[in-house]
Amino acid sequence: MAMTKQALFTRTLLRGLVSIAVFLILWELGARSKQWLMLDAFEWLRSVLAAVGWDKKYLPWIGAVPAPTEVLKAWVAVLGEQGYWHSWYMSFFRVMGGFIAAMIIGIPFGLLLAVSRTAYGIGFPVFEVLRPIPPLAWVPASIIFWPTQELSITFVTFLGAFYTIVINVVGGAKSIDVRYFQAARSMGSSQWDIFRRIILPGTLPSIVVGSAVGMGITWEVVVAAEMISGGGSQIGGTSGGGLGFFIWNSYVGGSYEQIVVGMISIGIAGFLSSELLRALGKYVTPWLRLR
Amino acid sequence: MNQTETTKQKIDAGEIIVANMSKYYGAVQFHKDVVKDCSFAIERGKLTVMIGPSGCGKSTLIRLLAGFEKPSSGTITLNGHPITGPAHDRLVLFQETALFPWMTTYDNILYGPRARGEVTKETLDLAEFLLNKVGLQDFRRKYPMQLSGGMQRRAELARAMINNPQVMILDEPFRGLDAMTKELMWEYYSTLYEENRRTNFFVTTDIDEAIFLADRLLIMSNIPTQVRAVLEVDVPRPRKLTDIVENDRANEIKMEALSILHEEAMKSFSRGSKAAADFVEAYSRRVAKT
Repeated sequence: MAMTKQALFTRTLLRGLVSIAVFLILWELGARSKQWLMLDAFEWLRSVLAAVGWDKKYLPWIGAVPAPTEVLKAWVAVLGEQGYWHSWYMSFFRVMGGFIAAMIIGIPFGLLLAVSRTAYGIGFPVFEVLRPIPPLAWVPASIIFWPTQELSITFVTFLGAFYTIVINVVGGAKSIDVRYFQAARSMGSSQWDIFRRIILPGTLPSIVVGSAVGMGITWEVVVAAEMISGGGSQIGGTSGGGLGFFIWNSYVGGSYEQIVVGMISIGIAGFLSSELLRALGKYVTPWLRLR
Repeated sequence: MNQTETTKQKIDAGEIIVANMSKYYGAVQFHKDVVKDCSFAIERGKLTVMIGPSGCGKSTLIRLLAGFEKPSSGTITLNGHPITGPAHDRLVLFQETALFPWMTTYDNILYGPRARGEVTKETLDLAEFLLNKVGLQDFRRKYPMQLSGGMQRRAELARAMINNPQVMILDEPFRGLDAMTKELMWEYYSTLYEENRRTNFFVTTDIDEAIFLADRLLIMSNIPTQVRAVLEVDVPRPRKLTDIVENDRANEIKMEALSILHEEAMKSFSRGSKAAADFVEAYSRRVAKT
């Protein structure tokens, strides 16, 4: 049994590696040749593109993008720069700040809405009115509200995670099987005991899911917020305002390789935070690890 | 063996009397009687089995006995005192497992004592004793999802018994188990009952289960629920699984119970219940065979 699992795993891994390799090769070829790989075979597509105003000889998009080797070169060059790492630090700092604030406020708020009918009646309508407003729409207002730009960016990232966490906590707590409460009450549980030993663990899986989704949104939001607000506090020069600003700055400065470096960096950052969260989630919900 | 003796509980069996009890739902214009003018006793130290057509309001009755709901009129008393709410002197085993999925078997069993702050050396010994009794000593660290259906039911029995309830209420507890496991559970359960002679109230739709387990058999009418007949199942204990098929007395009681259930089904069939049709057909075939 273990053998098959092992074999399956390596096959999946192999497929993944091949897929990434093929992608990189195509990218490299497309970017370098700056033209159609099989010009004649794609003549028809080219004429279609020509009809909508694209009359260049090179592959659309890929041809305009720097090759992966170029990107790698730029990346290696930028690895030694303090500004690049400071961008990482700033974005992580904002994401974590907003995300942790969303957890600290969102989880108790969600639990309160789920537990108390009065709180639900008072709190939920306002929450539902504000929820459809996209976090990015808050950027200008947030800049006016908050004294520093740092706080306004963190606030926008907070909003990104807050709604998802609250919605998941409320939904999770409300979907706990009523028989668990009946059994607990029969066995002599106090209200506090029911909250601590039934509602909290019963909601935990939803908290984990809500946090994972919230974390994804937080990264989307922080990058956009950094671009719009100009990166907030900048330390001496080019790229000290977070990864979003790093991309924007590279664009303004005409360094296309660095744009891609920034994009990939954000991908890695988002992946790392999701993995961290997933590991944490597994750790706090051991009963879900098994089948 | 000594261990076994010292950890056995002192059983304090209770008696529940239901008197002229009714339960209806909805406001005046949508008034629906689920239980109407129902009276019966769950006798001290006996295993009372309630059987009735599905959808006859048995689950409502259980919620009332457990104290999750209050009767609209009439009384339910435990040892002469009216039931006012849920308490650990009456514990319910639900249809499907209600073990807390986030707790291990051991933590589930100790839930009640911990909730009431009654964890003593004796309770812990009792937990060990019950774990062994239901054959789960090697599964104490497993979560409910890691247990088989039968194990889950046994864990739940142990979780209820550690609280030493005066009455155990079981709502079709073995429903959904496969036939073999079900029979195994009957044996586990009846042995447990015979050892401690606690007051048990067992609800089922399975006539074989009812005959195998019951001291007294309450046959219910369709909604609004009332006790239609009471049969004493005087088949000696301990019983064997073969008794349901081979013991003449058991068969006699079974046929009597079936004929009453048949009458009830005919009544609800004539009132337009499609569910009753299956039973009516099954019964007439069964009678034709004998």
